[in-house]
Amino acid sequence: MLSDSLLKTIFGRLSFESFPIHEPILLVTFIGVMVGGVGVVALITKFRLWGWLWRDWFTSVDHKKIGIMYMILGFIMLLRGFADALMMRTQQAIAFGGNPGYLPPHHYDQVFTAHGTIMIFFVAIPFVVGLINYVMPLQIGARDVAFPYLNNLSFWLTVAGAALVMVSLFVGEFSRAGWLNYVPVSNLQNSPDTGPDYYLWALQIAGVGTTLSAINMVTTIIKMRAPGMTMMKMPIFTWTALCSNVLAVAIFPILTAAFAMLMLDRYVGTDFFTNDLGGNAMMYWNLVWIWGHPEVYVLVLPTFGIFSEITSTFSGKRLFGYSSMVYATVVITILAFLVWLHHFFTMGSGASVNSFFGIATMVISIPTGAKIFNWLFTMYRGQIRFELPMMWVVAFLITFTVGGMTGVLLAVPPADFVLHNSLFLVAHFHNVIIGGVLFGLFAGVQYWFPKAFGFRLDPFWGKVNFWGWVIGYWVAWTPIYIVGLMGTTRRMNHFDDPTLQPWFVIAAIGAAIIAVGIAAFLIQIAVSIKNRDKLRVDGDPWDGRTLEWATTSPPPAYNFAFTPVVHELDAWYDMKDKKAQAPKDGFRAIHMPRNTGVGVIVSALALVLGFAMVWYIWWLAAISFAGLIAVSIGHTFNYDRDYYIPAEDVTRTERGLPAAAGA
Amino acid sequence: MTRDATTAENAELTYYETGEDHVHAGGSTMLGFWIYLMSDALIFATLFATYGVLSTSYAGGPAPRQLFELPLVALNTAMLLISSITYGMASIAMDENRVGATRGWLAVTALFGLAFLSIELYEFGNLIREGATPQASAFLSAFFTLVATHGLHVSFGLIWIAVMLVQIGKRGLNEDNKRRLMCLGMFWHLLDVVWIGVFTFVYLLGVLR
Repeated sequence: MLSDSLLKTIFGRLSFESFPIHEPILLVTFIGVMVGGVGVVALITKFRLWGWLWRDWFTSVDHKKIGIMYMILGFIMLLRGFADALMMRTQQAIAFGGNPGYLPPHHYDQVFTAHGTIMIFFVAIPFVVGLINYVMPLQIGARDVAFPYLNNLSFWLTVAGAALVMVSLFVGEFSRAGWLNYVPVSNLQNSPDTGPDYYLWALQIAGVGTTLSAINMVTTIIKMRAPGMTMMKMPIFTWTALCSNVLAVAIFPILTAAFAMLMLDRYVGTDFFTNDLGGNAMMYWNLVWIWGHPEVYVLVLPTFGIFSEITSTFSGKRLFGYSSMVYATVVITILAFLVWLHHFFTMGSGASVNSFFGIATMVISIPTGAKIFNWLFTMYRGQIRFELPMMWVVAFLITFTVGGMTGVLLAVPPADFVLHNSLFLVAHFHNVIIGGVLFGLFAGVQYWFPKAFGFRLDPFWGKVNFWGWVIGYWVAWTPIYIVGLMGTTRRMNHFDDPTLQPWFVIAAIGAAIIAVGIAAFLIQIAVSIKNRDKLRVDGDPWDGRTLEWATTSPPPAYNFAFTPVVHELDAWYDMKDKKAQAPKDGFRAIHMPRNTGVGVIVSALALVLGFAMVWYIWWLAAISFAGLIAVSIGHTFNYDRDYYIPAEDVTRTERGLPAAAGA
Repeated sequence: MTRDATTAENAELTYYETGEDHVHAGGSTMLGFWIYLMSDALIFATLFATYGVLSTSYAGGPAPRQLFELPLVALNTAMLLISSITYGMASIAMDENRVGATRGWLAVTALFGLAFLSIELYEFGNLIREGATPQASAFLSAFFTLVATHGLHVSFGLIWIAVMLVQIGKRGLNEDNKRRLMCLGMFWHLLDVVWIGVFTFVYLLGVLR
């Protein structure tokens, strides 16, 4: 019989009670995930795909493959986050009066925390980073990003963070302190369990990935643009990607520091955010929102870029007011730092401070409004083609404008004192994040999918997906606006007033309609893969205007056999206009970075480190940390990081022939 | 890099580069590392701001005037500043391709860095022995976190110097190693700049208050 102290040394605070075998919902989910997981592993093994996955994907430093992997991660996590949403909507639709619903508060609080955390950090960020990764280097005519290995590492660190959140579903608990893990709820005395620790380690690991990725993208845009592409000739999506990543570089360190201090509070016993010994809980709120508000723009600016590209392409016109669009983007980037306090006007910082932040918040609506008018004027007198990406643009314009208006309403401090912490606020940010960020990402997926895979997505199922989301959004969130305005507070798992129930039932129906939309997307992918030969396209299926359409679909590993030279804003449109042809021969060897498995190994060690720290398994944490440092240092001893694709291989690829044997 | 051939109808304009593929490995590293350093500086900025908010939250415990020994901190500051000068000497030696001198100055830099860390740990030891632990008050939490984060950076700098000594020994001052030494130099000097902030705002202002 092992002694208690030995068990504690080996397993930390991990024990049999940590596994939720007594919670039927989790048990069924766990069995489902296991069966599914074993099935996928078995299929990959059966078709002998492990080697291919490892060589061609996991270790790839190709920005296009990393971008696609980011999108897949984002979609998988969307399914998880949306499952949480369905659980909450069901609970709130039934838990009235004497009916406690099916989720106890303890579990419900974890569900809403996980939903918010996952949707922002592991859905929205991977989607945005993925699209930027795929599209931006092509738009600026580059062969890859500035630091290809770092790009691979960033992706896998994000995966490690996501994996840690998923582990918390079945081993121990997740945080119950809301998606920003608010103190004092997340202080050690109020949450002695593993919840906040899972949260903190997952987001610290993923946050390092996001910071590195942002540094990478900014450097890429500044240093690797094709000759002739001055700043004011950059495609607008690249501009928004630049601003978004500059913001990310500036804010993620603040979040890292804030989380690190909370970790010290929880692990070492310091007094940063405690209720005694001079700690200051509002300090945490300030710090996380100095990150949190600019983060909104980190996510939405690139989608503004997507809408701009699509509007211009499908209206067959140059973007109206390109330079005003650029200035608006830069102004939003700066103003993003001056508004964070509007998330807690009720803190009591006084009338002058609240007025400053209220006015600064309202001022943001000016550049944003300018953008809306630019899109409308781009469409005005254009030859509009109402294909799927354009439908998403119109849905966005209508939906997002409403969200913007409720935002300005909430920016008025006296109004905010009434609406703070209400479902009106929850409806507002879902309105802008679904209507702005998600709609933009879906538009981007429909728009650039043919570029990535060489065939279009099936339009019928795309329309089902579109209407499911758009109708579902309005049915789900309009009633929440209404009950919120009536004073219903957020994060409730039970209501006493039965007159509110119809609104929550309608909201649950809306969530079900969104579920149809999500299912339709999966079907759309499957149907499109099945019919890919009928949907096959060339390099430029939409009559595009920017450089990503100048290469084949999908592009070769090196993107462009000859680096394009830019003379005009819409460089590819200009080339078509001047009938400029890429040379058909005279190909030269191309310098490319080598694949590496170090990113996967480092991230796996980071995952182990995080898990060990959550469970106080100190020996494992020490070993994995030492391993992490050793592998990272070992990697610097590898000086042989690039190679040349021989000219004859480039020639074969460009002529559509299979690569030479052994290559 | 030549831009010939492949012209469109418009004879003057070239639309594709047909010359040799120019190798740009490492060409962006300096800029990327600068941006990284700025993000690191923001971590320090956050810790400084937190210290600013919590610097008088003594919770009935000791205040800076009772705790800080300025002569010791002055000695420590001197160690770090001298290490920056010696790193500068290493950079000059690197520029002149003198491998032995580069390694020598790097080793001297590491010794001063080590001295800095030792004095810092000695100071921490004294404080903790007097009961001024990081857990005692929010002021002390913020103090220890800010100063120790800087110390942690210096420790990573020392590991980096050790790795560079090995790598220069194996490969000499090749282009990759030179680029790494430049990055390490920027890192090391930034730690100096941060320390000047710590010395001024934490120690000097603390004792004045």
